[in-house]
Amino acid sequence: MQRENKLLFKNGTVVDPERKDPQQGDVLVEDGKITSIGNIDADGFDGLVVDVTDKIVCPGLIDMHVHLREPGREDEETVETGAAAAMAGGFTSVCPMPNTDPCADSSEVIHYLKNRAKDLLVDVYPIAAVTKGRAGEQLTEMGDLVKTGAVAFSDDGDPVATAEVMRRAMEYSLMFDVPIIEHCEDKSLAKKGVMNESAVSTRLGLPGIPGLSEDIIVSRDILIAEFTGAKLHIAHISTARSVALVREAKKRGVRVTCEVMPHHFVLNDETISAYAPDYKMNPPLRTQADVEAMLEGLKDGTIDVIATDHAPHSVEEKEVEFLYAPFGIVGLETALGLVLKYLVEPGVLTLSQAIAKMTREPANILNLDRGTLKKAATASLTIFDSRATWEVDKARLKSKSKNTPFHGWEMQGSVFGLYNKGMWWLADREDG
Amino acid sequence: MDFNRKHLLGLEGFTREEISYILDTSESFKEVLSRQIPKVPTLRGKTIVNLFFEDSTRTRISFELAEKRLSADTVNFSASTSSVKKGETLRDTARNIEAMKIDMVVMRHAAAGAPLYLTQCVDAAIINAGDGQHEHPTQGLLDLMTLRTKFGSLDGVKVAIVGDISHSRVARSNIYGLQALGAEVGLCAPPTFLPYQAEQWNVEIFHNLDEALEWADALNVLRIQLERQEKGLFSTLREYHNLFGVTRERLERTGKDITILHPGPINRGVEIESELADSECSLILDQVTNGVAVRMAVLYLFSGLQKQAELKEKSK
Repeated sequence: MQRENKLLFKNGTVVDPERKDPQQGDVLVEDGKITSIGNIDADGFDGLVVDVTDKIVCPGLIDMHVHLREPGREDEETVETGAAAAMAGGFTSVCPMPNTDPCADSSEVIHYLKNRAKDLLVDVYPIAAVTKGRAGEQLTEMGDLVKTGAVAFSDDGDPVATAEVMRRAMEYSLMFDVPIIEHCEDKSLAKKGVMNESAVSTRLGLPGIPGLSEDIIVSRDILIAEFTGAKLHIAHISTARSVALVREAKKRGVRVTCEVMPHHFVLNDETISAYAPDYKMNPPLRTQADVEAMLEGLKDGTIDVIATDHAPHSVEEKEVEFLYAPFGIVGLETALGLVLKYLVEPGVLTLSQAIAKMTREPANILNLDRGTLKKAATASLTIFDSRATWEVDKARLKSKSKNTPFHGWEMQGSVFGLYNKGMWWLADREDG
Repeated sequence: MDFNRKHLLGLEGFTREEISYILDTSESFKEVLSRQIPKVPTLRGKTIVNLFFEDSTRTRISFELAEKRLSADTVNFSASTSSVKKGETLRDTARNIEAMKIDMVVMRHAAAGAPLYLTQCVDAAIINAGDGQHEHPTQGLLDLMTLRTKFGSLDGVKVAIVGDISHSRVARSNIYGLQALGAEVGLCAPPTFLPYQAEQWNVEIFHNLDEALEWADALNVLRIQLERQEKGLFSTLREYHNLFGVTRERLERTGKDITILHPGPINRGVEIESELADSECSLILDQVTNGVAVRMAVLYLFSGLQKQAELKEKSK
């Protein structure tokens, strides 16, 4: 990694979410800003010239839903190791959720996180809690939190407990025009469920989490967003019904957006047959019909964003009986590969559309000065080879935790390098 | 026959031949049990650990007795799941087992899939003695043995399982086993006691006990766990008994002889009328006797001894 203020990326395939098709060309960065895209003469250029022939150059990828476990569970992940995982996965920005210990419900914790990320290449944009201690009662000091750097509010891990508190949170958030990000799960329906309630849970004898528990809170919150006029973002959407609810709400003009995780458009609940805890997350893997609804929602634009819900867990806690294992899988390092292989390759999305859902869309939702290749924009770039393939090896993940269901899977697209915060980093994947 | 399975995790996927073979073997062990000295040296030198992470009296005693009748060396390990959760993990327990050179593990666990997980950690043969709400294969087998003795063949015999199907590992093992042997299966329960998409099993579903009785040749009546009431899955025991309690009067109304099984322990006066449980149509005590025979057969067949004997036979 090196500091570079002046770079010329030569001969790349530039994917700008604003343009329908990729264009061949060069990207010039000066003083940390994008100054020109097109055919740029390298003669006489006194900065660093990087040959990016056959590589995709796009805005730095943003993962708007991660768990960095800091503060509190530094044994599972830290800002630093999470950032390393993000880089390996091609992300230049991540948004950690507030369910840490202590919870990110005060400007001190937000400040701490920003400070921890200060010298890293990756931008950390924290999401603060909606309510104190995520307990669903007292609203956090949103004004102070926004000022310190919080980009959204969420009680993720849990839904905002009651409709009343959600209403007040949304009303209050209007002052700052930041979204409330909701983990949609009616706890009274989900109970102690550990996987999707389906024919599979019935066969396996595992308590189920019905899709209904997600759909009910999605409905509730859409109605509250409609009533208040506030910005609602549905985290990790996973059911066909919820996608349909968001689609209808968008048609009515409700300010609602949503995100999907790669595992919810790649895996279905049949994969749990061996009770492997690396397939346990919340929301759970749903049925194939739900998987298809995710693809449809991505295609027609109902689903705005692809994020990971990167959720590191220690081996000691994760590798136990399926029933007792905590929810969550790591995702930063496999997201791009899964997007290219399961969305772009089969033509569900064009490369530009897929990139938009990982750059421009989250940036718009969170009001980030990122996700674009516009002239004079802050230069944040991800450069990858979309044709290269590699095999996921748990042991070689940069994340401190290794809980992935994709161990041994062939991934498509390997990260070549990142430029962010004035730093240039060349990926060091040994297998090319 | 070639019996190639290493572990008994559940009856799902077992063929008619495999189950019949286990039941036939059980019959010969049942004969052993009726001898003056009901003991054989079959598993002498084999070490079996009974790993019970969940309280169980009947199943554990039945297994222990089966092990003793086969002359195996046995070790018992009991731990309530909560204390295990606080301390040693299943993986560590498994490693200890491995280090102690144990040949077979009989395991009861509150988590579905735990026996499968154990097979990935140790070399020993694993016998599932009930895992969460998943399967309880030896209970399924002893139910099959009892019904087979009564009906001769199970082809076309209609068996209704009555009660809390959702939370029942006995129900699941029964469904797979009965269907493998050609029986028809009915499930009779309030909708709150039926698991999601139970129809995937190709079963008859009844919400009315009298209709189920009309249909059935035999009933397997499940125990109602009282804590389910608190969870709102049914209203009161009185209501449950009124709607789903099996009584002599209801049986007589059908004008048929219906055989009754119950995996025990019985809540007399709730799911089954007390007097009926002790009557001639109840095979509840036969089930208990058959349980020991079935478990002897299972321990023998999964010990790998039979395989070794066959190999020896072939090499002669």
